[in-house]
Amino acid sequence: MTDDIATTTPGGAPGAPSGAAPAASRRRANPFQALLHAHPSLGPLIVLIVSAVIFGIINTRFFNPANLSIMLQEVAVIGLLALGQTIIILTAGIDLSVGAVMILAQMVMAGLAVTNHLPVVPALLIGFVVGLICGGINGVLVTRFHVPPFIATLGTLGVFTAAGLKYANGQTLTPKPGNLLLWTGNIISLGSFKITVGVLIMLALYLVIGYMLGRTAWGKHVYAVGDDAEASRLVGISSTQLLISVYLLAGLIYAVAAWVQIGRVGDASTDISSTLNLDSITAVVIGGVSLFGGRGVVLGTLFGALIVQVFQTGLALAGVEELYQQLAEGLLVIAAVTVDQWIRRVRR
Amino acid sequence: MTDSARPPTQNGAEPVLAAEGLVKYYGRVEALRGADFELYPGEILAVIGDNGAGKSTLIRCLCGADIPDEGQLYLDGQPVHFRNVQQAKDAGIETVFQTLAVAPALDIATNLYLGREIRKRGPLGQVFRMLDTATMRRLAQDQVTRLGIETLQDITQAVETLSGGQRQAVAVARAAAFGSKVVILDEPTAALGVRESRSVADLIKQLRDSGLPIVLISHDMPSVFELADRIHIQRLGRRAAVITPATHTMEEAVAIMTGATAA
Repeated sequence: MTDDIATTTPGGAPGAPSGAAPAASRRRANPFQALLHAHPSLGPLIVLIVSAVIFGIINTRFFNPANLSIMLQEVAVIGLLALGQTIIILTAGIDLSVGAVMILAQMVMAGLAVTNHLPVVPALLIGFVVGLICGGINGVLVTRFHVPPFIATLGTLGVFTAAGLKYANGQTLTPKPGNLLLWTGNIISLGSFKITVGVLIMLALYLVIGYMLGRTAWGKHVYAVGDDAEASRLVGISSTQLLISVYLLAGLIYAVAAWVQIGRVGDASTDISSTLNLDSITAVVIGGVSLFGGRGVVLGTLFGALIVQVFQTGLALAGVEELYQQLAEGLLVIAAVTVDQWIRRVRR
Repeated sequence: MTDSARPPTQNGAEPVLAAEGLVKYYGRVEALRGADFELYPGEILAVIGDNGAGKSTLIRCLCGADIPDEGQLYLDGQPVHFRNVQQAKDAGIETVFQTLAVAPALDIATNLYLGREIRKRGPLGQVFRMLDTATMRRLAQDQVTRLGIETLQDITQAVETLSGGQRQAVAVARAAAFGSKVVILDEPTAALGVRESRSVADLIKQLRDSGLPIVLISHDMPSVFELADRIHIQRLGRRAAVITPATHTMEEAVAIMTGATAA
């Protein structure tokens, strides 16, 4: 048995040297593994860059400013949904009701503003409150009733979807041009590169949540509860309070996504892609955030959402059948989880 | 056993932590049947006892993890009641549980300050709640150096990359950093090999020498006899005896523990 107390080498830093004794170097022989362990968004970044380059080579239109703009605009909604999903997954939870919350919040905001002629700001705020309430319901189910997040949100998926359909009554609501609800669709030009306000809102929220996760005690507690809930309890962190705050925050983010969705499409209806739930999870997982909790950063999720978009657009531009987009996403998810498992094996 | 309401003194010194007549039921099982306890300043008190003797229950009552049904706890001679572990911590009693309670994916400095994070001064800390990571790392490094744990060189290392003995050292360092009155160690060497147990033992001695009294629960008799100043033997929900390594042998201690001999 090596003298593993008296001599040790730091292993967490990038490019860590192999250990002093043979047994230690067997464990630490892979600096790449240690690098990925320390920087969980590095893998997705590499995949993003490499795949973008490859698709750009296949079809140079990929790098057209117009195309890049569209890709970024498409990412805005999923990016926000994935952001909310990220903080939940970091606590070792999961949220299957993501899309349903967004649709419900969307219909309420638009319904109040268009049908009930409420002033737009209160309508928007009430929409946000709907998001908070939905998140709160999920949070209470998970903490007070001890329902596993998968089951709880599977259930609320049905409930919120029904609520959305009932409220909408089959209508499509179209706000008048100039309405604040459509503001998120406004284009901002930076030369020949166009982005929407929605994209900026998405980036701003990523910065805010990223800050909260990385630089505040709350953020540390999110990681701690996701990593080892029992240990967190023993050091005095209230996991109930923390989890409820996470689900509430996620609900709010989904409501913001609803606003961005209205701006992007120009109207509010329940006729929205039913794969939003799984797409948000895909983006998070591909982004290097571990489904088992406690590991990953929101920057990774942003890369993950971009990767999905890059593959979709790149494969389309390459003239490949749509089914291959599905194949690519599926393979990416499996690869991402496999890499996560491999990284987790950096331990003594 | 004295009749007075205050626990007995030793050489005129008052116990730092004491308990009198603790009774605790779990359902119909009487885990503690009038247990007494004294911990004096500057000592390592080992608590030994067979399974079912009430060791764990006694410790849980002392550190706030459980509330006794009857009996009284004293801290520095004053009666105290702990409703939870946090209250005991606030009073200065730190416990290192057998599971260590460290978050593996987080680094050493973060784990040390988990639940007690330091924020930056001024508006950055107040309004934006920004953590003062640099200070926490510096203080964590100081703590680790003060305890002489040379093996933890990089406190930004994730705890899961550490060996069992190093993780134990992190947990002990955390208790030492914040424990102002008492540190309780629950089976610190249970999962460790011989070499690692050695270094944890040295760490415990360091801790005692720095002035903190320590309660050490352990099955590891050689370690107990090496480290302890006094040994509290728990049996059948009560304190059977308090001996010292000088006055008794390991065999005699085990005999008292199992009831083969009266105290």
